[in-house]
Amino acid sequence: MTMQNDAYNFAYLDEQTKRMIRRAILKGLAIPGYQVPFASREMPMPYGWGTGGVQVSAAVLTPEDTFKVIDQGADDTTNAVSIRTFFERTAGVATTTTTRNATVIQTRHRIPEEPLTEGQILVYQVPIPEPLRFLEPRESETRKMHSLEEYGLMHVKLYEDIARHGHIATSYAYPVKVEGRYVMDPSPIPKFDNPKLGNMAAIQLFGAGREQRIYALPPYTQVVSLDFEDHPFVASKADHPCGMCGAEDSYLDEVIIDDAGGRMFVCSDTDYCEGRQTAGHKGKDAA
Amino acid sequence: MYVAVKGGERAIENAHAWLAEERRGDTGVAELSVAQIREQLKLAVNRVMAEGSLYDPDLAALAIKQARGDLIEAIFLVRAYRTTLPRFGSSVPVHTGAMSCDRRISATFKDLPGGQVLGPTFDYTHRLLDFKLMADGQVPQAPTREAAPGDVPHVTEFLNQEGLIELAPQDDTPPPDLTREPLEMPADRALRLQALTRADEGFTLGLAYSTQRGYGRNHAFVGELRIGSVPVEMEIPELGFAIEIGEVTLTECETVNQFKGSKTEPPQFTRGYGLVFGQTERKAISMALVDRALRWEELGEDNVGAPAQDAEFVLYHADNIQATGFLEHIKLPHYVDFQSELELVRKLRRAAGADQLQEAAE
Amino acid sequence: MQADTLSGGFSDPARQSAHAFRSVREALGRPGTIQDISGARPPAPLSSAAGAALLTLCDTETPVYLAGNHDCDAVRAWLAFHTGAPPTGPTDCMFAIGTWAALGPLSAYPIGTSEYPDRAATLIVECPSLTTAGATLTGPGIQTSAALSLPELTAFQSNHALFPLGLDFIFTSGTRLAALPRSTVVTQEGAF
Ligand SMILES: [Zn+2]
Repeated sequence: MTMQNDAYNFAYLDEQTKRMIRRAILKGLAIPGYQVPFASREMPMPYGWGTGGVQVSAAVLTPEDTFKVIDQGADDTTNAVSIRTFFERTAGVATTTTTRNATVIQTRHRIPEEPLTEGQILVYQVPIPEPLRFLEPRESETRKMHSLEEYGLMHVKLYEDIARHGHIATSYAYPVKVEGRYVMDPSPIPKFDNPKLGNMAAIQLFGAGREQRIYALPPYTQVVSLDFEDHPFVASKADHPCGMCGAEDSYLDEVIIDDAGGRMFVCSDTDYCEGRQTAGHKGKDAA
Repeated sequence: MYVAVKGGERAIENAHAWLAEERRGDTGVAELSVAQIREQLKLAVNRVMAEGSLYDPDLAALAIKQARGDLIEAIFLVRAYRTTLPRFGSSVPVHTGAMSCDRRISATFKDLPGGQVLGPTFDYTHRLLDFKLMADGQVPQAPTREAAPGDVPHVTEFLNQEGLIELAPQDDTPPPDLTREPLEMPADRALRLQALTRADEGFTLGLAYSTQRGYGRNHAFVGELRIGSVPVEMEIPELGFAIEIGEVTLTECETVNQFKGSKTEPPQFTRGYGLVFGQTERKAISMALVDRALRWEELGEDNVGAPAQDAEFVLYHADNIQATGFLEHIKLPHYVDFQSELELVRKLRRAAGADQLQEAAE
Repeated sequence: MQADTLSGGFSDPARQSAHAFRSVREALGRPGTIQDISGARPPAPLSSAAGAALLTLCDTETPVYLAGNHDCDAVRAWLAFHTGAPPTGPTDCMFAIGTWAALGPLSAYPIGTSEYPDRAATLIVECPSLTTAGATLTGPGIQTSAALSLPELTAFQSNHALFPLGLDFIFTSGTRLAALPRSTVVTQEGAF
């Protein structure tokens, strides 16, 4: 039944490494939004390709779990395939593409459209966990800013956008404040997904391998996208229905379909789109 | 009709098969053995061991073969293997004074106890392609000499006797382990040296070179460069003493740096230090220069804002496995983010009236 | 004695600790829920749940403080053999284990620093029983409110007041466990 490779421990990592990651996850859950340093290991895949998410998944998976991996919302993007295969081989876990059947979902850049439930864990791959990094490159400084709750710089940056463009010019990796305390980077999800971060029934874990940070949102945590009274946060998406399933409420990819620049819009969440099509929903471009 | 792109799994399998075929190349040409790489591409093997932080010439050679000669890829293979190995304990610090030197030179003294030994160096070769190597050539036997018995003293010890160089007191505090604990700033010298010894050679070289050109200049001389093997010993608690468990080849570089004194320190020579696995002298010298540049604060020097003085900048960007992974990850699909940027740019253009401008121009 | 020391650990560490961690993580991620946890048979007075938690989270890198009756030869030997965790006092422990009475005063434990609030101790509190009744809990991990049989109120209220610093608690009884992170607001029963 399993293709598990006995040369490696269950879920690849050695037990000492898992204990270290598990301790970091618990501290992350205890201090929502705070980035816990952890001694990230070299993984057999490159940094920047999900090593943080993979280490977190390896530390939370049990043999009975059903694992789903998405990249850009899709299960069949090459890096999602590669990570899914890695855990099939090293942990022997069942895998699925169906959101509701998964107990652990590792994601890059999206939150599934279908609301997650209490039995599920969402593991994010995070490239740059520090929301203040592009305002202040020094780790020693940003750490101080978090400790003093000194987030003025972030507000100034967002307000400068408004002054210059009339809008906040951040469309993904849009910063949030967690439980009124820590400003957190939600990973490069489109800001369309930001409202799903708060009050979610599932546990959300964030792993940044190269940057050696783990952070977490327990279920039902209060998460607020930063904004201003006169410029409230708006979760935007392409103003179209899905061409394949007709969904009006899902995040869409724009696909160029011919040399003349003709384009159509389809759900980025492939499982959601297929589920709707199977249920008989049809968009204007569907056959 | 639109059909979503599928078949990532098949694409990956095919790519791997193609890669294996390319790795082998023309099957009419004899296949390279790992032993051939280990023996004949030794400097590549050394670099892979140094930056892979794993002293195992056979595995390094295998990694080079598997990586088709891409050394950063080979280093990555070695690192990923290394991280899965159980940790049985730590060796006692190696004693480079007891090194059996293949090469030992000093730029600061013409002659000195232990002598100057050029060893197997490219230094005075004329860089002319040797076409004899295209044919299978016989190698002439190199002349040999008995090694001088006893330890070879470090050059800096002579300066130390006169009080001309800063003291480097022995410190038995176990250094932090970069591979088991997250990097924390500010990093002490032990941690910085640990990061530098496995840092990318090219990055370290570039930084070191920048200090020579004035970006944090520190007037370095190679006080001593030595390459050779040292025994590795480990304390065995059951035995109550250390036993030799093997030996490693190391390159050690100590620079002697001019120093006019500062608010806190008297005029004296100061030190930069490099210690790297294998015969890796470009890296060891570079490491010593960067080490010295990073010491500006403890020596009371001015921070002139040079990149090589900035510990966060150096340490967070010196690791080629971190760097290459993150750099290359921009090949991965980013269309979700790109889509949100598209929407934003369209919105901003609408707000700026750009659409009308363009229409008017057409 | 010797047999007790060598037995009672995980027979299949990778899988059993994965399950045990799931229980601890659910407990800490959802304060007020009670989770089953199994796989360990530690010597008395260590409960099976506390034993499993220690096996899952502790090793040579985590100093452990054994408080009160838990500081006995049998527990020391078992913990040393199965985890290698160095025994220590309350001031520099990462984990502490004991009854509520034995663990106090809480002021002795590290609560983290403002730059590293994660460097705080986790206290494993052995309880005679655990029920989802008693103090009212609100905060992250809790949809509206939850209830948990806590040994007292004010200690946890003062601990929460330190947030983001503070201690995190795991409560164990037999083969069951619950948890209370520093983020949880604790009020008297019916106060919510
Ligand atoms: Zn759709």
